[in-house]
Amino acid sequence: MTTTATTAADGPILSVRELVKEFPIKSRGVLRRTIGAVHAVSGVSFDIHPGQTLGLVGESGCGKTTTSRAILHLQPATSGAVLFQGRDVTQMSKGELRRMRRDMQIVFQDPYASLNPRITVAEIIAEPLRIHGLYADDGRGQVAELMRLVGLNPEHGNRFPHEFSGGQRQRIGIARALALKPKVLVLDEPVSALDVSIQAGVINLLEDLQDELGLAYLFVAHDLSVVRHIADRVAVMYLGKIVEIADGGSLFERSQHPYTRALISAIPIPDPRRERARERVVVQGDVPSPADPPSGCRFRTRCPLRMTLSQADAARCAAEEPELVDRGFGTAHLTACHFVDAHG
Amino acid sequence: MTAYSSPSTGSDVLLAVNGLTVDFPTADGVVRAVRGVSYELRAGEVLGIVGESGSGKSVSSMAVMGLLPKSARIDGSITFRGRELLGSTEKQFMEIRGSKIAMIFQDPMTSLNPVYKIGFQLAEAVLAHHDVGRQEARKRALELLEIVGIPFPEQRIDQYPHEFSGGMRQRVVIAIAMANNPDVIIADEPTTALDVTVQAQVLESLRTAQQETGAAMVLITHDLGVVAGQADRVLVMYAGKPVEIGGVDDIYYNPRMPYTLGLLGSLPRLDVDRAERLTPIQGAPPSLLSLPPGCPFTPRCPMAADLCAEREPELLTTDSPAHAAACHYSVLLAGKQPGEVFATSAEDAVMPEAYGADTAAVTGTITTTHGETAE
Repeated sequence: MTTTATTAADGPILSVRELVKEFPIKSRGVLRRTIGAVHAVSGVSFDIHPGQTLGLVGESGCGKTTTSRAILHLQPATSGAVLFQGRDVTQMSKGELRRMRRDMQIVFQDPYASLNPRITVAEIIAEPLRIHGLYADDGRGQVAELMRLVGLNPEHGNRFPHEFSGGQRQRIGIARALALKPKVLVLDEPVSALDVSIQAGVINLLEDLQDELGLAYLFVAHDLSVVRHIADRVAVMYLGKIVEIADGGSLFERSQHPYTRALISAIPIPDPRRERARERVVVQGDVPSPADPPSGCRFRTRCPLRMTLSQADAARCAAEEPELVDRGFGTAHLTACHFVDAHG
Repeated sequence: MTAYSSPSTGSDVLLAVNGLTVDFPTADGVVRAVRGVSYELRAGEVLGIVGESGSGKSVSSMAVMGLLPKSARIDGSITFRGRELLGSTEKQFMEIRGSKIAMIFQDPMTSLNPVYKIGFQLAEAVLAHHDVGRQEARKRALELLEIVGIPFPEQRIDQYPHEFSGGMRQRVVIAIAMANNPDVIIADEPTTALDVTVQAQVLESLRTAQQETGAAMVLITHDLGVVAGQADRVLVMYAGKPVEIGGVDDIYYNPRMPYTLGLLGSLPRLDVDRAERLTPIQGAPPSLLSLPPGCPFTPRCPMAADLCAEREPELLTTDSPAHAAACHYSVLLAGKQPGEVFATSAEDAVMPEAYGADTAAVTGTITTTHGETAE
């Protein structure tokens, strides 16, 4: 898919280091003292190279969306660094942030809520150009070109968002994000709100755009099948932490972390014979509250692997937090689990 | 519409829907939400109904339960064990609802009453159809919670819905549905609101519920993956009509309606390498307010010919007697892969003006296939 594989050697375009985002919990009453914190993101690190797609997957509440917002400084991080082309986004002044946003744009999940219903589509796509003072340079031509690029008819620029279908609205959102010719696109569940037959068109479009423009994507999604299809590298998040990160093939073929395995095994495959033959790892229970995450390994309360361990080993899961390191599959495949070899 | 009915209406047919139509009069005109749905459900069978939003899959099941608003105009026939349900009074429906046919809805928060304890709501379901004491009803409630896999049922039974997570709530709803050992369970998108690991748990509970009660099930979903693992037979709906029905293997390995084939081709799959390109279906489903004559899939269909715009195809059996498809050219689809019929382009061509130009590339490949039929 990616014709721009050569760029990997140039170093990452975006590096996230030990990113932490906490939301304070305030007491009731007048004083509103801070009595705790929701640990939405607790020390997440990864790199994205130009022309590459990093898929960030996890279930609701695992912190994947918060991570993407913190990277763009839409919600300032509590601590940690976000290095865009070597410069820390979290330390930037307002003017620097605005310039940075030319290079990093976002596409939101809900194509109904993310477009202003009262202005025309051409105006929506032109807005970033106006904000950055680029509209004077043949703005109308640029808008028409952008609409063509995402597969929309430029003649429909004078229509309003409600005249378009869900899939088309998502294309409008993508055109708006591309207006400033960014280098990195953050895609926050870009296809989850769409019906499958329409979703496929948007996925193909994103792949084409990446090939054409050499974009880097941070693709946030809960749907592993979509991520498998589009991502070069995949990071699996659980309760604010990355539990496993690897190249797509490696992650899906030889996942190490019990959570990744459970997640993959829980996805239904649209193939009746395979589906009947499959054995499921069913994880018990629900995700614990991020306001009070379990000690040690955060997955231990639901871990199917831990149930098979000896008492001493199981105690280690509670006492010691496993580091995200290479556990036998090379430096590109990192896993945060003490007992990856215990799978058998 | 009655073209496809199984050869014998034997006694094992629990639920038979025949030529069901549902119209909603609105200020803008009549919305034809369901335009002739026919199917039969036999004891112990799981029928999956698949379709995208607005295909009429939910509305047709609400009609079976008698849950549509009064403004809806319903026609056709729905029989349960030979007894006609359409036109029944509310009182007659009350006898059947819950005890013979139970329903599970998509959103477990809105289908449970937030001000009553779980135990009360479970017991209520038991008491509605059985003349037993409170103590006995509570005992049954505990039993049900255990069957659907809720840990510590003795403590959980006295909690309120808000103290349960989404997956747990859905399991309570499943427990309520199976409270009276119904003959038919209708599950409308039971796992759509849930995370995948929780979805796996709920599907397991659902399977247990079905086996435990021996009930037949209608599973309505948009997720072709869920259907593949759960259903025995599949009904694919498009624009208010069944476009294909058959055994699960027939539908997945030998689809005979371009829409089904396109759906399968547009699914990203976990077991397929990313190099494979998806085959989206261009455009969007038609408005049910003003359907043009002919096959409703025509504007999105790469195989569409003149005939398709003139006459709506009937649901006719294909080479296997239990497999029927509604397409004039279903014979041409035998053994075809999605990529051979649908373009893998990223284009979107829903606007009428742009339509002709954008699909030119797609129709090009099909005209050749067409030549073959003419011979």
